[in-house]
Amino acid sequence: MNDLSRALQEPWPDLATQRTGVGVGIWVFLASEILFFSALFVIYAVYRNFNAQAFAAAAKHTELLYGTLNTGLLLTSSMTMTVALRAASAQLRRLTLACLVLTILLGLSFLLCKGLEYHDDLQKDLFPGAAFPLSSPPTQLFWMLYWIMTGIHAVHLCAGIAVVTAVAVLFWRQIVPVQGSTMEGVATYWHFVDSVWLVLYPLLYLVGRS
Amino acid sequence: MTDMTLPFAPVEETGHGSYLDEGHTLVSWLATTDHKRIGILYALSITVFFFIAGIAIGLVRLELIEPNGMFLTNDAYDRLFTLHGILMVWFFLVPSIPATMGNFLLPLMIGARDVAFPRLNLISWYLFVFAGGFVAYMLISGGADTGWTFYPPFSTDYANGHVIAAAAGVFVAGFSSIATGVNFITTTHMLRAPGMTWFRLPLFVWAIYAVSLVMVLATPVLAMSLLLIIAERAFGLPVFDAARGGDPVLFQHLFWFYSHPAVYIMILPAMGVVSEVFACFARRQVFGYSFMVYALLAIAVIGFMVWGHHMFVAGQSQLATLVFSFLTFIVAVPSAIKVFNWTATLYQGQISFEAPMLYSLGFLGLFTIGGLTGLYLASGPIDIQVHDTYFVIAHFHYIMVGASVSAFMAGIHYWWPKVTGRMYHEFWAQFAAITMFLGFNMTFMPQFLMGWEGMMRRYHHYPPVFQIWHVFSSAGAAILAVAYLMPLVYLSWSLKAGARAGNNPWQATGLEWQTTSPPPKRNFTRQPPVSSAPYMYHETGQPRSSDDRRPIRPHGEAQ
Repeated sequence: MNDLSRALQEPWPDLATQRTGVGVGIWVFLASEILFFSALFVIYAVYRNFNAQAFAAAAKHTELLYGTLNTGLLLTSSMTMTVALRAASAQLRRLTLACLVLTILLGLSFLLCKGLEYHDDLQKDLFPGAAFPLSSPPTQLFWMLYWIMTGIHAVHLCAGIAVVTAVAVLFWRQIVPVQGSTMEGVATYWHFVDSVWLVLYPLLYLVGRS
Repeated sequence: MTDMTLPFAPVEETGHGSYLDEGHTLVSWLATTDHKRIGILYALSITVFFFIAGIAIGLVRLELIEPNGMFLTNDAYDRLFTLHGILMVWFFLVPSIPATMGNFLLPLMIGARDVAFPRLNLISWYLFVFAGGFVAYMLISGGADTGWTFYPPFSTDYANGHVIAAAAGVFVAGFSSIATGVNFITTTHMLRAPGMTWFRLPLFVWAIYAVSLVMVLATPVLAMSLLLIIAERAFGLPVFDAARGGDPVLFQHLFWFYSHPAVYIMILPAMGVVSEVFACFARRQVFGYSFMVYALLAIAVIGFMVWGHHMFVAGQSQLATLVFSFLTFIVAVPSAIKVFNWTATLYQGQISFEAPMLYSLGFLGLFTIGGLTGLYLASGPIDIQVHDTYFVIAHFHYIMVGASVSAFMAGIHYWWPKVTGRMYHEFWAQFAAITMFLGFNMTFMPQFLMGWEGMMRRYHHYPPVFQIWHVFSSAGAAILAVAYLMPLVYLSWSLKAGARAGNNPWQATGLEWQTTSPPPKRNFTRQPPVSSAPYMYHETGQPRSSDDRRPIRPHGEAQ
């Protein structure tokens, strides 16, 4: 067994309490994040309610292939993250590191796909403005939401990749011994970012395609 | 872990080994993770913002002495009251009690060594300073002119000030307050001392807990709505653009979904502070402790359901107006419970009038006036009549300045001996408290009257018939300014020349009074077991004669 005491932070009395505490903290933070995204979901609901046809017409122009591929990538990354958390709890150092690296790579490939998709969207002038190709004005509302929702999600994913990388480095350099307490918050956050995508995917890619 | 010993030596009574002696360099402060030092960093920063915002409104009040203005252009006038609003709301009132006293006292009151995430705590202060940087940029480059509410389409299309910098500053400050909220909630859940059950928590802790819930759940919605304003202004995205099917009123809904609970962010901690002070200076147990707790939580929850009362004239449906009006009346119930319970706490107490008590009594009166006029505004017909008048201004200043700032001052004086180890000068403090009460009423009572008669807010020029009220109000503001400057002088003076306070100068019961003044770095030499309810002063409602002068029981056995 490693010496786990280096993983213990002020002001916690022991690792188990620390892990629970981090859990409480991250879930409270996620409650805040949910409200952050909820504002966008409310706007989506209101505007779609007023402009159902324009939303259906506008949504047909999103890139279903990229969206679906990205959904697959993120779901897989959640799986590797879960394995990493379990492995870390069992103090399996190599498996933990491998899964963390896989998670980072999957996250980066999501961003790559997203970048290619953004490129295609911009080629088609699908950014609201003077050159916007669709005639009905409220279609711009849908695309406004598309850019803001996916953009903010991507920022969250970047933050996720950054903290996962940080944890991986801490484990790799053995600054912190491999155990679950350090992973608890990171893993929960990662799953949250994935879950947001699971809401965005139908809202942006599937609506209007039935 | 019930009786674990913390690894450091016991402190001596002389004050050696206090948190203030853990390094005297600037770095030892700027890199600290000690909740007490972070509380002081916050206190210093919000004081700066308070006085900048105060100068801004001082100029506005000076300008308003003449019906046609004296020295400001219309644009400068708009920018000054906007600066005042933005700074006072987000850079003074929201962090005022939670981030200073909450930071300093929450761990002490529950018998913890520190908050749950000390580094996050420091990060939250840096976020706050960073946000202040945006606002400083806005100020230096000429200011914004939207008012503190950022309503589109004005803020997105027409305003010619630095709206993006202002909105970005508020956005970042929001994350600072979310970080603080997350920290406090986790701390209260996880780090209470053995025996400190939920219903043994001091009411200040309950208030900070309730306000943290509101911060965590409301602030993100504000953050998103400001982000959308920035997106529309900077990139031309049609978020609230009516020409392309967007709805500007939707912004108002999102904005007030935060900004009404924000009022409770400002008042709930104030309620916590005065609960402590009333019990201590009336030597009485808080009347109806559990009702006080439920009232705090009820205000926090119902506060989320009343935002529509800001939008009675915004084209909201009549049904919505009715519902929001009704819910606003409902939120008055727990507030009234608290006022009656404070009064009952004072009833037949052995009241003494030290400065914290004077400020708190001021709170009680001003909060009652502010709350009751809130009910006027909650009813549709009256609100439509006085909407956007000085009546509204006076109402919310009675709550946010009269009540919240009074309580803030009460708390500063009450815990000053604990924070610094020194006593402040009692006479000057009492004098400042009374001056503040008088100056405040002289400033804002005339605003009720002129608002009722139709003086609109945010107007630079006004009919001469209102001049008399404006002159009264400006004179009151000058008195108020003096009352705010006095503590700055005598409190600074007390740092060097004040008498040594001793550990418990007020003979108060809370855990924070059972450690040394100022406390050691890790608060207690050993984890204090808690064996009784808070406020074990004399029982409520007992006449003074029946007091048998038995000593009060402390809340725990800390050393």
